[in-house]
Amino acid sequence: MSMQSQLLLVVLAPLFGALLAGLLGKKLGKKNTHRLTILGVAIAFAISLKVFFSYLYGGAQPLNITVYNWASFADLTIQVGFLLDSLTAMMMVVVTFVSLMVHIYSIGYMQDDNGYQRFFSYISLFTFSMLMLVMSNNFLQLFFGWEAVGVVSYLLIGFWFQKETAIFANMKAFLVNRVGDFGFILGIGAIFMLFGTLDYAPVFSKLNSAEVLIGNINTDEISPLAVVGLDKTISVWGEGSETVQWSLISFICICLFIGAMGKSAQVPLHVWLPDSMEGPTPISALIHAATMVTAGVFMVARMSPLFEFSETALAMVTIIGAITALFMGLVGIVQNDIKRIVAYSTLSQLGYMVVALGVSAYSAAVFHLFTHAFFKALLFLAAGSVIVALHHEQDIRKMGGLYKKLPITYWCSLIGTLALIGTPFFAGFYSKDAIIAAVGEAQGFASGFAQFAVLAGVVVTALYSIRMLLIVFHGPSRVDAHTAAHLHESPKVITWPLILLAIPSLAIGWLMAEPMLVGDYFKDAIVVHDGHDTLQALREHFGNAFSFALHGFVTPVFWLMLLGVVAAIGIFWWKPALADTLSKLLTPVRKLVENKYYFDEFNQKVFAKGAVSLGNVFWRYGDKAVIDEGVIDGGSQTVVKIAQKARKLQTGYLYHYALIMVLGLLALLAWLLFVA
Amino acid sequence: MLEQLPILSLLIWLPILGGFLVLFGPGDKLLVWSQRISIVISVLTLLLTGWLLWVYQNGSAEYQLVEQADWIPSFNIQYALGVDGIAVPLIALTGLINLLVVVGAIGSVKFRRAQYFSAALMMTGLMNGVFAATDAILFYVFWEAMLIPMFLMIGVWGGPNRIYATIKFFLYTFFGSIFMLVALIYMGRELGSFAISDMQQMSLSLSEQKWIFVAFLAAFAVKIPMVPVHTWLPDAHVEAPTGGSVILAAIMLKMGGYGFLRFSLPITPDGADAFSWWLILFSLIAIAYIGFVALAQQDMKKLIAYSSIAHMGFVTLGIFVILMLAGAAKAQSMALQGAMVQMISHGLISGALFFSIGVLYDRVHSREISDYGGVVNSMPVFASLLMLFVMANAGLPGTSGFIGEFFVILSSFQADWRIALVAGTTLVLGAAYSLWMYKRVIFGKAASDKISRLEDINGREKFILMTLALLILALGLYPQPLIEMMQPSIENIIQLATSSKLGGQG
Repeated sequence: MSMQSQLLLVVLAPLFGALLAGLLGKKLGKKNTHRLTILGVAIAFAISLKVFFSYLYGGAQPLNITVYNWASFADLTIQVGFLLDSLTAMMMVVVTFVSLMVHIYSIGYMQDDNGYQRFFSYISLFTFSMLMLVMSNNFLQLFFGWEAVGVVSYLLIGFWFQKETAIFANMKAFLVNRVGDFGFILGIGAIFMLFGTLDYAPVFSKLNSAEVLIGNINTDEISPLAVVGLDKTISVWGEGSETVQWSLISFICICLFIGAMGKSAQVPLHVWLPDSMEGPTPISALIHAATMVTAGVFMVARMSPLFEFSETALAMVTIIGAITALFMGLVGIVQNDIKRIVAYSTLSQLGYMVVALGVSAYSAAVFHLFTHAFFKALLFLAAGSVIVALHHEQDIRKMGGLYKKLPITYWCSLIGTLALIGTPFFAGFYSKDAIIAAVGEAQGFASGFAQFAVLAGVVVTALYSIRMLLIVFHGPSRVDAHTAAHLHESPKVITWPLILLAIPSLAIGWLMAEPMLVGDYFKDAIVVHDGHDTLQALREHFGNAFSFALHGFVTPVFWLMLLGVVAAIGIFWWKPALADTLSKLLTPVRKLVENKYYFDEFNQKVFAKGAVSLGNVFWRYGDKAVIDEGVIDGGSQTVVKIAQKARKLQTGYLYHYALIMVLGLLALLAWLLFVA
Repeated sequence: MLEQLPILSLLIWLPILGGFLVLFGPGDKLLVWSQRISIVISVLTLLLTGWLLWVYQNGSAEYQLVEQADWIPSFNIQYALGVDGIAVPLIALTGLINLLVVVGAIGSVKFRRAQYFSAALMMTGLMNGVFAATDAILFYVFWEAMLIPMFLMIGVWGGPNRIYATIKFFLYTFFGSIFMLVALIYMGRELGSFAISDMQQMSLSLSEQKWIFVAFLAAFAVKIPMVPVHTWLPDAHVEAPTGGSVILAAIMLKMGGYGFLRFSLPITPDGADAFSWWLILFSLIAIAYIGFVALAQQDMKKLIAYSSIAHMGFVTLGIFVILMLAGAAKAQSMALQGAMVQMISHGLISGALFFSIGVLYDRVHSREISDYGGVVNSMPVFASLLMLFVMANAGLPGTSGFIGEFFVILSSFQADWRIALVAGTTLVLGAAYSLWMYKRVIFGKAASDKISRLEDINGREKFILMTLALLILALGLYPQPLIEMMQPSIENIIQLATSSKLGGQG
């Protein structure tokens, strides 16, 4: 089979699964539905893995494949196609593997749900959309995938459509994402203006020809962008010589990043992600932890040739990422809903990835995306296992001491937690340490703040993670007696995916750090300019995966993590009274954090209510009062009156009006033709 | 033999005569026969449009399938027909919508059904005439005559406030069109010909062009409609029966856009240029301001009507922004392609939305959003289809609703990025009003016993909605055939619109 057919199979197999499940689900029955969709995703995974290995070990070259021309006119061709390179291959494996695990897991998790077939249809459709996004070779298809994952996410958050909170959350998620997409589409507009195309290849090759000039020309006199004609500006304000001009490249990067902020839930567009937990847990793992929310990180890494030319945009990325990493982690500490804790943790980890992008450590960001996908999907699915065992109880205050009854879930959660907090040798250690090292090397604007945020974030991550682990699995049981009597480990379809995700959470960092983090795996996809290479130092001191992890035990980062762990054990387990004292002492801070910095209240009052009120004002005063009553009815009242009298005189049928009108028109026509 | 078939004349007169046949033949007494005849005529008309698509040759902007005969020789007024790349897709859309309206009426029109069929058929023939006429007077006659069956539809089968709506509709459109007629006659007398192509080549001074442009604007801005002459549309929609709303939204509004492309830009390029900033400004107001107004609506039909106005804002923006894109050939083509695709796509989407509201209205007899809630519980198939339509209305990529907005935003960015900024608000506003309506009507627990006992869509309704759904997806996933068909005509219009008629000065 040619490469093109194989890639087509990767995207079409899940799509067919989705269509069959969606259209014929009732006829197929539950079993056949999950068999078919799992088969589709398994095919996609098998091919993805093969492709990934060809890049990892075979040194395969990037491939640019056109599938069909979507639209072509006036020398412009907009296509649907695939760009296959190391970055794509990695994303394909992440998406299809996690999706496969989630498909299997859902057999158990959703078994009693009436919407079983619908659910499988949606998650397969999501897999298709996400693959279209990561495999795209142009901005149109990128945007298609981008919006399509948003729609499936909308459908899945609102999966239980009778639940008022769920159908509020899904609309909120879609609209907040649309705010990001608003920026995204402007960015694409700017790309079209600057490059005259929507394909990646010509954009990258033009940027590449500017990049090679760096070091070869005196950049103080003329910028490399100017040499290749990419130094266009747009005027933002003012007229004539007074205009404020922005570099178009920076404009593009900032707009694209606004899109990424929506999808990857960065402050202030993060508000939709915690609410998205209203959806079934398997999709929280697939969509809201492992794949869709990392689309923004992926996109910025994909666009690294662009972002490298904009210090302004990179500084913005750094600041937004740092804020998200630290402050969203803090919220995680005070949550009591097991899924929301993991959700805030996801926000914080996404912040880490984004900070890494901001300091040009794209490969570290993408590597964290890679490891995070496994351990965060694991944590979500483990949380789901607990939720199922407790008959859909999500409040951690009603859990406790579960490690005996749910041993597999417990051990898997433990592995996930250790990976998350960055314990040496675990997956998360390699990626997170690399990010912290890169931020430490960064010289740009706000790098000091970023450094503080990622270091403080280490303590915070350990705090909320260990707190959750202790309260859920250790200590006295607070489970009600009825549930406790029936408490048992989840069935195999649920525990096996946990185990299969625990293995990479344990080992993938160790296995992949050398090629991906310090090696040249991403060399064909990611561009870093010479002065920006913040991973240089790490590369020099890395040694091998084993020595790096050993060294990890004596770094300040490790001590910070330990501080968080010890503090969590002290506060939440050893002396619970301490927690109360602390929370009383820190009341104002606690309130601020508990209310999630009042983002939701603000948005609801200002944007949601404001928009509807504005609409009402426009409608009542603009359309009705001014246009209709003022201008039209004022002028037409007389006509209407006459017409109504005529109606009484006549039979009331409008045929007559029509007839009179035609006669009138004919008369008028005659007059104009013959007299005028 | 078949090559000599006067397809365009058939497309006009077959449905019109069919309409008379139904009206004066079986009528309401032999309803079954009226029904059969109407469906046969509609299917034949649709087959003829298929034939038209088949024989139409891409790659040229010349009128094809030309028919010509003297009509009023003393004024050189001709019965002249012909189609180019922008007329053909609109005629195809008309044929499709007609069949769906006739099929839809079978279940939902309760009285005088034969007359309803007759009105729909006649309207179809007249609308085909508007798109096929290449003589300005012939165009004008179809343009005005088409309103008669529409008045009847709203006036006879409309809601309680139908008289107000019809009068408003009448006043607006009549006053608009009359100025156009004056402009046409003025040019015809100067030229000695009413052929639209002659008018396009005619040399006109700047002040003549301005006057003529304003006269055209009065007709087309009302029809499409542009803010601030849009307030007739929500009223007309609310009062119109389902089929009337569908035809109004799907086809009639497009005549405004068609008029801008056929008359305003080619005949008065300098006149249009003089007003281009204002037209763009009002297009943007239509997009943003009307987006907010739609958000405040409590009546589903009003909401979709306002949404139509906002979507038509993209059509006028795409049309007039090309005047600010001198030298950027790609962007100009993209803008006009965007405007045209938006028209076709909106025909499908708004048609589908009005049919969907009709489905609900037939069951619950209310258009108030607050009377609904939880419809998905009893009508899951309908809910899925409506989801697709609502998403298409919000411009989801992969549906036809995306292309027009995407093209117009991208191309207008090059004229001025602030235009794209305002136009881009539709991404948020369009999604907000569409999804909020969907949430309140479809999601949640069943709002009442009545809602929980609703029957899901029947075969007839399924046929209508599925047909539209498939076309919305097909066009969204593969617009190239449509784009290819339109491109030569679009380039021709750009050529005419950007070459000044003022000689020496530009």
